[in-house]
Amino acid sequence: MKFKAEIDVMPLEALLDPQGKAVSNSMINIGLSEITNVRVGRHIRLFVEAASEEEAKERVETACKKLLANQIMESYSYNIEKIQ
Amino acid sequence: MKFGVVTFPGSNCDDDMIYVLRDVLKQDVVNLWHKDTDLQGAEFIILPGGFSYGDYLRSGAIAKLSPIMNEVINHANRGGYVLGICNGFQILTESGLLEGALLHNNNQKFICKNVYLKPANNSTVITKELDRDRSYKIPIAHGEGRFYAPEDMMKSILDNDQVIFRYCSEEGQLGELYNPNGSLNNIAGICNKGRNVFGMMPHPERAADAALSNEDGRLLFESILKNI
Repeated sequence: MKFKAEIDVMPLEALLDPQGKAVSNSMINIGLSEITNVRVGRHIRLFVEAASEEEAKERVETACKKLLANQIMESYSYNIEKIQ
Repeated sequence: MKFGVVTFPGSNCDDDMIYVLRDVLKQDVVNLWHKDTDLQGAEFIILPGGFSYGDYLRSGAIAKLSPIMNEVINHANRGGYVLGICNGFQILTESGLLEGALLHNNNQKFICKNVYLKPANNSTVITKELDRDRSYKIPIAHGEGRFYAPEDMMKSILDNDQVIFRYCSEEGQLGELYNPNGSLNNIAGICNKGRNVFGMMPHPERAADAALSNEDGRLLFESILKNI
């Protein structure tokens, strides 16, 4: 079976996100001062062959922990969807 | 002593490092390719600065999985010496050989300038011969150099005296004013608990040749040579 994972990697809430802060400040320049607290992360889409959704989840967890996110500075979340 | 300088795709300080070791300090140096699986007898491994794998994903995140890194990690776990400079430091934190992480500078800029460093102790081979009462002028050149560690990890780093360099003023004063990138505790470099793995954001190899009118960086390498 083939699964699609949509993964979000975000800077940890406790950490200053200078990129998000710069984007927040620019909102004022386009007249959107009501938008605040922008945080910029990374979205990753990948496909995984697995016998079950459980197995696909396990692979995605390993990918996140070992490569896609650095848990000292980032958190991750994901959705897995069966596509075949 | 035989040094090994690793070149990853995107490393750009490897030649400077080799030049300093071979031509300035007259040491035996071997240049190791990231796909190598043998350290060729090198006793002191240096991961140089640059942009390994274009800094894709995170600085150092992909380089940590290069074949040579298995050997570097085994070497470090046997007590062998490893020094990571700038991107090399990022690779060492990503690989878990050093604690903490290096985040985007708090001003979101790539900073390239001379800074001043104060040795935090004299209990590592790299700081042993340095004077704790003066500052050392060494350049930095990075966009992701803000040292960070969660509270408990930071406490352990401080309790174990693992900080080796802090950013300071020319006169050697510590303070947030002299912190170029927002690093916690003004940290510019740390070592592991075993005191055989070192990481630092500043580039001593860029301040180690008389022709550059700044040889402060050379003193760090001379300390290594004297104490191993």
